[in-house]
Amino acid sequence: MSSDIDILPSRTASIAEAGRAGGPMKCGKVSVAGSVSQRACVFCGSRVVLYPIADALHVVHGPIGCAAYTWDIRGAQSSGPQLFRNSFSTDLQELDVIYGGEKKLERALLELIAKHQPKAAFVYSTCIVGLIGDDVSAVCKRVAAATSIPVLSVASEGFKGTKKDGYRAACEALYKLIGTGDAAGISKHSINLMGDFNIAGESWVICEYFERMGVEVVATITGDGRVDAIRRCHGARLNLVQCSGSMTHLAKKMEAEHGIPLKRVSFFGIEDMAAALYETAKFFGSEELMERARAVVSEEVAKIFPQLRAWRADLEGKKAAIYVGGAFKAFSLVRALRTIGMTTAVVGTQTGDADDYNQLREMCDPGTIIVDDSNPLELAKFCLEQDIDLFIGGVKERPIAYKLGIGFCDHNHERKECLAGFVGMLNFAREVHATVMSPVWNYVPRRARRMPNAECRTANDRGEEAVA
Amino acid sequence: MSCSSCKPSLPGPALVNEGDEHPEFPSSSTNPCKLCTPLGACLAFKGIAGTVPLLHGSQGCATYIRRYMISHFREPVDIASSNFSEDSAVFGGRKNLHTALENVTRQYKPAMVGVATTCLSETMGENMPMLLGEYRAEATQEGQPALVHVSTPSFKGTHAEGFHAAVRAIVETLAAPRSTLERLAPIALMPGMVSPADLRHLRDLVSWWGVPATFVPDYSETLDGGSWSNYERMPSGGTSLDEIRALGSARATIECGLVLAGEKSTAGTHLAAKFGVRLHRLGLPIGLRQTDLFCGAMEEAANAVIPERVERERGRLIDAYVDAHKYLSGRKAIVYGEEDLVASLAVFLAEIGVWPVLCAAGGRSGRLESAILGAAPELKGRIEVREGSDFGEIETQIAELKPDLLIGSSKGYKLARSLGLPLVRCGFPVHDRIGSQRIQMLGYTGTLQLFDCIVNALLEKKQEDSEIGYSYL
Repeated sequence: MSSDIDILPSRTASIAEAGRAGGPMKCGKVSVAGSVSQRACVFCGSRVVLYPIADALHVVHGPIGCAAYTWDIRGAQSSGPQLFRNSFSTDLQELDVIYGGEKKLERALLELIAKHQPKAAFVYSTCIVGLIGDDVSAVCKRVAAATSIPVLSVASEGFKGTKKDGYRAACEALYKLIGTGDAAGISKHSINLMGDFNIAGESWVICEYFERMGVEVVATITGDGRVDAIRRCHGARLNLVQCSGSMTHLAKKMEAEHGIPLKRVSFFGIEDMAAALYETAKFFGSEELMERARAVVSEEVAKIFPQLRAWRADLEGKKAAIYVGGAFKAFSLVRALRTIGMTTAVVGTQTGDADDYNQLREMCDPGTIIVDDSNPLELAKFCLEQDIDLFIGGVKERPIAYKLGIGFCDHNHERKECLAGFVGMLNFAREVHATVMSPVWNYVPRRARRMPNAECRTANDRGEEAVA
Repeated sequence: MSCSSCKPSLPGPALVNEGDEHPEFPSSSTNPCKLCTPLGACLAFKGIAGTVPLLHGSQGCATYIRRYMISHFREPVDIASSNFSEDSAVFGGRKNLHTALENVTRQYKPAMVGVATTCLSETMGENMPMLLGEYRAEATQEGQPALVHVSTPSFKGTHAEGFHAAVRAIVETLAAPRSTLERLAPIALMPGMVSPADLRHLRDLVSWWGVPATFVPDYSETLDGGSWSNYERMPSGGTSLDEIRALGSARATIECGLVLAGEKSTAGTHLAAKFGVRLHRLGLPIGLRQTDLFCGAMEEAANAVIPERVERERGRLIDAYVDAHKYLSGRKAIVYGEEDLVASLAVFLAEIGVWPVLCAAGGRSGRLESAILGAAPELKGRIEVREGSDFGEIETQIAELKPDLLIGSSKGYKLARSLGLPLVRCGFPVHDRIGSQRIQMLGYTGTLQLFDCIVNALLEKKQEDSEIGYSYL
């Protein structure tokens, strides 16, 4: 089906097709004004990375919006403190904007630290702070001295770049903590997990695999994070970086300063999860670790494989669109979809770079549309033209899919489903099956119209057979 | 702010030290009971046919607000951004704004672009009328949209103020003097921040008087529409620009909101001052008394008595009040949210025998308490009213107040859960249930829906807490 949506001229260079020759894709730039980008801002980048540090106080210095919109919306879980799930803000008012917000911030920090006794505090600057010139670092320093906890300024003014710059600002703030704790007693086979946010307990799933292998996880940093663990995480021997866009900067700093190598991995999908375990074993050069990694993989795959195969029979040949934040997740999703028999017909990211897009062009089937920093109209157009059965994205993409009668799988941080690890692959397949095979699509106008032509066995009959 | 007889043991506003620049505000907010002004403006713009909201500021503002609204309405909410960079923050956002307008016009072909500012552009002092005037003068593309601008600095007011400011801006910009064309003069209806289902019901209710009504805004279809066979750039529905232009010849304005009624300049006061349109300022029609007043205004505006079917609805509501009164009598509720909602809910609760022990709003109009007591004098001395409140503050009061239930957005869930109290969800946002856009409370019939929810929430709690577990109550 075609659509009457035209691509903005300033956007055409950010769209490519796998299997078709073409120059490098335009990416890594600020969004085109008025394009209705799905991206957020610098503040968002910092806030998402640091949010799951559970025993820290997170104070947003600015008017209320930025704090309100980021209050307890993510699926990141904590095994202990829940302080991070509150929203603290200086709620700047007009007079603060005129006279400056430093005093208010200082008072707010002192009051909140006294009340909640956090292990550290992060202070996020929002747009307005960058304009009124509050010296947030100086306030943080004074409060740290007065309270004897680390108080870290996060330079996350919304307009000062893109979400990626926010990741960087978060890494810079985190880096101030690293190396301040005692790293004694850490095993020679030890790692940090970076860029896993413990959505629906995913970090716990991953940690358990590594523990079974005999690898010590020193800090999960951004998932079920703890200040004390971060302070001593420089004692680990290897950094595993999952959400590469967000945490590579920190990992590289740790490599330069503390001599800890890094490996980019992904915990999504059977192939990538297994590769992460094998790569780790290989890094430590231990045949014993490798043996145990193989054991973990074969045990876990055996548990999920029969059910995956059943669902695959239903999903074979269905087409998916992927629009996610980072490219590494997109790679994993393309592979995970293949595992359940599906093809990727559209794939895009908010923050991919030129290398990422080259890799997508290579790994996707010819004809797959590849897009950087897309928007609702483009995504709708691609979904219609490629006749998509499943959209994988976040809340902002969900209504695009649903309005057009397309199944949807939430793979963003708001989700409450564990999609990482082997068990996550099973959950992912369950979600995909549940949405793609739902009988409701028989009644939506877009599908109903094409029903007479398509050989339309009712989706629910096939679905139930397989699940049973 | 607190009522004259509030208990001295209740904590007052945060203590402030001498020498503070503006001691009326606490230094921080914990778990806010408000959102920022541009969100309200975007919601209002979504109720105008063929309109794309555009925020003049950072990309994040548009994206956060979109996500927040999408999670509530479960509909596409496209909001454009002029996407400031460091350059635009230093040299001004003219270029970005113009590019954004161009691109929105090209992509969406809108009838109108609703331009709202943000804390960033307001702090920079962007001269919006000038920037938009220049754009209009320089635009070469065919089919230029109407441009409506509203000033919505997020450091001033809440999403409710942003909403009302946008409604006012729409009417001020578009409403024109009486046209020579003969037409049946409509009633101008400013319903306030209510749900799409409430808008639909209100529209039905008004239609039974047999006069046309122009709702500003009307997102009853745009934010709660059907399934599509092709992608709608701007979801169908909404009040057309022509309908708004004709408001100069409206026969009357009904503007809902007890707190809004004390606002000096609104869409309604504008129509009254400029075109001499009779203005009725009422509460949201929740409950019997406030819906009676609404129907009274309708009778006057339509010059027709209350339709029989509305009378029957009214009767059904009173009957329900009687059926359930013993389950409600003396129960205590905490009501929170935007001021107009809190005020009208409190007035409604008073008439069913539920005591709104704490009425907390994020806004700071200075009029919340008088708005409630003006409409429900029987509450005088019996309730605590808090402006500029947040859930951190509500939490500190809740143990002492011992409420039986909470009424408000899903943001109160954490509190309700920790205390094991029922939460009746209404207002904005409701992010943890399906059907948030269809929660009803307006008119006799809408009130009945809310009333049933409240009674049943209390019954369910009683049933759950009972060791016996009666299945016959």
